[in-house]
Amino acid sequence: MTPTDYLAATLLVAGALFFLAGTVGLLRFPDVYTRLHALTKADNVGLGLMVTGLALQAESWAVVGKLLLIWWLVLLAGASVSYLIASGALRRGIRPWRR
Amino acid sequence: MATLTLLQSAFDILLGAALLWLAWRALNCPDLFKAIVLFVAFGLLMALAWVRLEAPDVALAEAAIGAGLTGALLMAALARLRAMTPDEEDSAKRLPLRWLPLAALLLVATGLSYVVLTLPPEAAGLGAEVATHLNSSGVDNPVTAVLLNFRGYDTLLEMVVLLLALLGVWSLGGPPLRRKAAPGPVLDTLARLLAPLLILVAAYLLWVGGHAPGGAFQAGSVLAAAAVLLLLAGWRLPVALTALPLRLTLVAGPGIFVALAVGTLLLEGQLLQYPPAQAGVLILLLEAVATLSIGVTLAALFLGGHPQNDNNDQNNKEQR
Repeated sequence: MTPTDYLAATLLVAGALFFLAGTVGLLRFPDVYTRLHALTKADNVGLGLMVTGLALQAESWAVVGKLLLIWWLVLLAGASVSYLIASGALRRGIRPWRR
Repeated sequence: MATLTLLQSAFDILLGAALLWLAWRALNCPDLFKAIVLFVAFGLLMALAWVRLEAPDVALAEAAIGAGLTGALLMAALARLRAMTPDEEDSAKRLPLRWLPLAALLLVATGLSYVVLTLPPEAAGLGAEVATHLNSSGVDNPVTAVLLNFRGYDTLLEMVVLLLALLGVWSLGGPPLRRKAAPGPVLDTLARLLAPLLILVAAYLLWVGGHAPGGAFQAGSVLAAAAVLLLLAGWRLPVALTALPLRLTLVAGPGIFVALAVGTLLLEGQLLQYPPAQAGVLILLLEAVATLSIGVTLAALFLGGHPQNDNNDQNNKEQR
């Protein structure tokens, strides 16, 4: 394994940890708003780390471009959809959780 | 290497178990909204299962149509169901006779299991046959060759089924999806950003179908996704286009298919038997028109009633 491989593997594992944390958050957090908060961390940072890790292993720049495009699309969709879910929940009168 | 195989089997078992569990939950869930969400999750995992079975074409179709668009169609249906008045809802609840679909499904499942069990354990399949004739098909992707050349009439009939489904929905005479007052800046911006990109992706999938996973149905459903997003953001087809232009677009796909079938029958003596030299161009033309028709048909299914009913309703209200 070359140093690039080690770096890629580290990035992929780090990304997987973010997804794991996001999933635990989704299952354990008390209400819809905090769960959205946990999920977007997994999507934004976790996928970003994974995409970087995979881009290091990519065979061509075209593949790197496609990977980055996927990340950008997920960022866009994730941010917009979680806003829409949260505002929909607020409109239905779901109060944010308080300790 | 052995650990890798073990890991893969563990993943496959987990995937299979999750699929069965999601399917059961989706059928068994009393809350219809939750059931739809479970169904979409089922579709996404199913796409992953197709990837594991090395069938990326089916995986693409499953993710785009099975999970994405069917989910949107079910959500639109649920919104209508909730808007129904109580006695309408009662008759809708009594109508299905819960046990009848279950019996039908069990019958199909028994038949399918019987067929699978009677299959010869070691079958050569038609893969080699397709590979030998791939050169004369006009495309390099074996799946596209089967769908649009060797078994073209299957695809023709599929497109007709899609059109018939839309005719069925339109003949119910209901109003199309209500226009939301204001989509809000986020949804509006998202639709404006994604719609052109989705159209580009549809064109890419259409073109790439010639030599790699992709094709008319996947491209058409991505096109439909763009239309669904625009419809959700409050966009409506201009009234001038809802009559003849819309109908022509819907019929164009099956129409050109039938025209080609008749043409090849007269010139080549066999249904959908393209001359090998022109096969590539004919398939691309066919797929391009089919993509447009599939996209518009799926979007029209999402909209529900015929777009003109909307204007009629508004006119009636104004007259009252």
